[in-house]
Amino acid sequence: MALEPATVRRIARLARLGVDDTEIARLQGELNAILGWIEQLGELDVEGVEPIAGVGQAALRLRPDLVTDGDKADAVLSNAPDRAGRFYAVPKVVE
Amino acid sequence: MLTDLSLAEALDGLDRRTFSAVELTRAHLDAVEQLNPRLNAFITVTADRALDQARAADDARAGGTAGPLAGAPVAIKDLFCTEGVRTTAASRILANFVPPYESTVTAQLRRDGAVCLGKTNLDEFAMGSSNMTSAFGPVLNPWTRRDDPSALLVPGGSSGGSAAAVAARLALGATGTDTGGSIRQPAAFCGITGLKPTYGRCSRWGVVAFASSLDQAGPMARTVEDCARLLGSMAGYDPKDSTSVDRAVPDYRAACRRSPKGLRIGIPAEYRLPGMSAEIEAIWQQGIAWLRDAGCTIVDVSLPHTKYGLATYYIVAPAECSSNLARYDGIRFGERVEADALDQLYERSRAAGFGTEVKRRILIGTYVLSAGYYDAYYLRAQKVRSLILRDFTDAFAHVDALLTPTAPSAAFAQGEKMTDPVTMYLNDVFTVPASMAGIPGISVPAGLDRDGLPLGLQLLGRPFDEEGLFALGTALEQAAAFSYRPSIRAGAAS
Amino acid sequence: MSYTVDGATGPWELVIGLEVHAQVISQAKLFSGASATYGGEPNSQVSLVDAAFPGMLPVPNEFCVAQAVRTGLGLDAHVNLVSRFDRKNYFYADLPAGYQISQFTHPIVGAGRIEIELGDGTRRDIGITRLHLEQDAGKSLHDQDPTRSFIDLNRSGVALMEIVSEPDLRSPEEAGAYLRKLRTILRYLGTCDGNMEEGSMRADVNVSVRRHGEPFRTRCEIKNVNSIRYVMQAVEVEARRQVAIWEAGGTVDQETRLFDPQRGETRSLRTKEDAHDYRYFPDPDLLPLVLDEDWVAALKAALPELPDAKRLRFVSQYGIPAYDAAVLVAERDTAQFFETVAAGRDARLASNWVIGELFAALNRTGRTIADSPVTAEALGGLLDLMADRTINGKIAKEVFEAMVETGEGASAIVERKGLRQVVDVGAIDSAIDTVLAAHADKLAEYRSGKDKLFGFFVGQVMKAMAGKGNPALVNEALQRRLAPGA
Ligand SMILES: [Mg+2]
Ligand SMILES: [Zn+2]
Repeated sequence: MALEPATVRRIARLARLGVDDTEIARLQGELNAILGWIEQLGELDVEGVEPIAGVGQAALRLRPDLVTDGDKADAVLSNAPDRAGRFYAVPKVVE
Repeated sequence: MLTDLSLAEALDGLDRRTFSAVELTRAHLDAVEQLNPRLNAFITVTADRALDQARAADDARAGGTAGPLAGAPVAIKDLFCTEGVRTTAASRILANFVPPYESTVTAQLRRDGAVCLGKTNLDEFAMGSSNMTSAFGPVLNPWTRRDDPSALLVPGGSSGGSAAAVAARLALGATGTDTGGSIRQPAAFCGITGLKPTYGRCSRWGVVAFASSLDQAGPMARTVEDCARLLGSMAGYDPKDSTSVDRAVPDYRAACRRSPKGLRIGIPAEYRLPGMSAEIEAIWQQGIAWLRDAGCTIVDVSLPHTKYGLATYYIVAPAECSSNLARYDGIRFGERVEADALDQLYERSRAAGFGTEVKRRILIGTYVLSAGYYDAYYLRAQKVRSLILRDFTDAFAHVDALLTPTAPSAAFAQGEKMTDPVTMYLNDVFTVPASMAGIPGISVPAGLDRDGLPLGLQLLGRPFDEEGLFALGTALEQAAAFSYRPSIRAGAAS
Repeated sequence: MSYTVDGATGPWELVIGLEVHAQVISQAKLFSGASATYGGEPNSQVSLVDAAFPGMLPVPNEFCVAQAVRTGLGLDAHVNLVSRFDRKNYFYADLPAGYQISQFTHPIVGAGRIEIELGDGTRRDIGITRLHLEQDAGKSLHDQDPTRSFIDLNRSGVALMEIVSEPDLRSPEEAGAYLRKLRTILRYLGTCDGNMEEGSMRADVNVSVRRHGEPFRTRCEIKNVNSIRYVMQAVEVEARRQVAIWEAGGTVDQETRLFDPQRGETRSLRTKEDAHDYRYFPDPDLLPLVLDEDWVAALKAALPELPDAKRLRFVSQYGIPAYDAAVLVAERDTAQFFETVAAGRDARLASNWVIGELFAALNRTGRTIADSPVTAEALGGLLDLMADRTINGKIAKEVFEAMVETGEGASAIVERKGLRQVVDVGAIDSAIDTVLAAHADKLAEYRSGKDKLFGFFVGQVMKAMAGKGNPALVNEALQRRLAPGA
């Protein structure tokens, strides 16, 4: 499954990573090398094998329904590159 | 030389009032000041804070309220969020990020009195095996080649700054994180000991995430017992991390004194790679002999899916990182490149903020999760992961631990293995399978190669059997009697 | 007679499926300890987890999980003892992590059903495909600044249940009935307040049209419709739009659309085609959600009586008409009110008064059953005065109006206004005397055979008694006095 330049652009766009045209060829080469190497998994027979997403030793633990957090707008906003009062600010989004 | 003491020796000296925590901390800060410009092991040094903490430790000792690590200067990988102290993950995108919170692991070290000297360098977002991907420049390995002392060697990665700092005597110990080998491989490259605990043993809360199902914090130090002491403070259940395990923290120091006699040690055939260097093979055989001499039974075992570990890892880890790193968007924290439109802001901020390797992994991860490719890549990788886990489970039905080399080579030079990403990835071939299975592993320095560079041996254990690893690690340590020191270190004439 | 849209070339059948986002009633958010209530200062109900700071981790709220399970049980649905949280990846300014934690392949609740009732009394089962838990996003404000949008994360991380129906609905009316019924069930369970105006219940509407007997054609999804009326309107205009396209020889594109209630039309949300690759995968921060069978059973045992069961019980226990029972159970508070009034009393009368006088009064005063000016106990007291013949039905209505106005009890009003009905036969007879004397002409007509005038005399006597005569006694006395030979 070799990547085309258009696919490299599409996934860069999905990942919101700006890439200029000069980078596409390099990325295409590198990604294809990695994916080509990964292809070795294709030789394994995984029929009927249960997929696992992680190796956690227990089932998910839950917490009680208590308000224990919040009320810290200063901390929440302290690293914001742009803000307006108690809001984060971004370039205007046209819907 | 205060900086030459082990953590245990230093704590002993503090107990006996041979020296104060302030003196001990000053000695290390002086070493940092002297050597960090060369080694680049620290991104941020918090000298004033460290001295304040040292004074507090001295007071606590005087008042009889000292914790088990009171006054011990340690270094913190700059992936652990530290309240009020810049935390960068070695990325431009977090260059000015100051967390308003303290990670659980570092909070526990502080609780027990450890003095934090500063934040150590790493591969950007912990993605790398050489420390070459840091936005703050590479870390220099304090070891040099006997015949080519001018060659600049990498410390391994991603916890390379921590490994170099500990090896060069800039800190008594350090925290690392290990996702596919990021504690064990740099420990081996720098001639120190590093332990990756069982997944869930240490809280991930407040640790900048790379691949959540694999990331695990662990200790790095110059002796096995020092690692045991650090882990005793770092480990434990944390209700804020729902994957952390609610299980008592055993006495790891006591485990170091346990006899390994009678333990069954598996030697996995598949770790003998075609073309593996004779020196790696030799050190492995040496390790086998040492454990046999210590009374262990050596058993040949098979982990048939080992060879697929790396490829599986390079699907799972990028997939998780592509999602984990989506939050770096220039809106709530981190660097932003202004733009007129939101999407442009995202694309420019992320293009400018992330380095090449991080972008590469985000792109791979995005691709393997994308419509039409999920089953072929991610789902298949999950199934292979299942097989890798099963290999270990089967093996541990017959043996108590496994012994392998830690890395396929000694430290290499900056610029080497950089020709293509896959060559670099192969560094983690021996460490990744255990990460995929979530089991604990320790790397112990075992000897030097012909260039005079350290080589490590890796022990892998059953889930939550860190104690077994400490016992066996101590046996290896005693047998190896690794007393070599790097050429660049505190107190060495340079 | 099934509902169709009639195009130039003949009738078209509608196929509708609904995805409802229902905000879970809870104190704290789904994965953080920040408050889930409405209306705080911007970014005041936000934890660093909700703002997706580096190293922050989600820990699920047990009560929110219980609420989803209870809702599933209330929808007769299969509760999955093992489910999983997945990440749905996309970039948006009010989605801090760059992904929404949701459930994709393994939802907490599987197939269920809802019975709807239509205006003509017919009932239909509508299939529920699934219910899953997910987080809400924050809020973007676009109208505060000429060049910037503002982001408030107070909503970020609040628990939602997404309830997906099968494409079983066939008309705007059915869509409306489904939403009303779903809302009733959620309110009975106390799992969602169902308030569409405040956004705590929102619907995505999938609409397609087809010729009778055909397989499904392409559907369009109308996003985030926030009232039942708008859902019904949106279904109709979207169906007409699609019929027009098909009949003109075109094809309907599968796309996401918005309903504009002002212009009464749907319009395309021109999203880029890559926007839909959500790259779902299991959230590696969260292990599988495993529920204990006994825990689920305990939740089931503690469920309240649900509207369908209550309606059937009302019919059998109280002997009231099915239609009235359906009206009474639509809101849990109303049903409760009715049962309090009906306890130990004439249940039909109680039902008539609740549905008639009480509903009218609530409408008029803009109140709800919860803050009704007349309590159930007070209405019961009024009915008691009728039962013991202290007042008659006509006076009772007058007393009720006074109760609505003053909040006083029925007895107090009757005493104060002297409204006790007259049962004294002498007083009735003397009123009859007066009336007959005043209407000698009508009396003569009556006697000459104009029987219909009997009612006239009743009315006059009641009038003379200021309405307070006991109607039965007045009747009886008049019969006696007007009888031939009397
Ligand atoms: Mg939806
Ligand atoms: Zn949804």
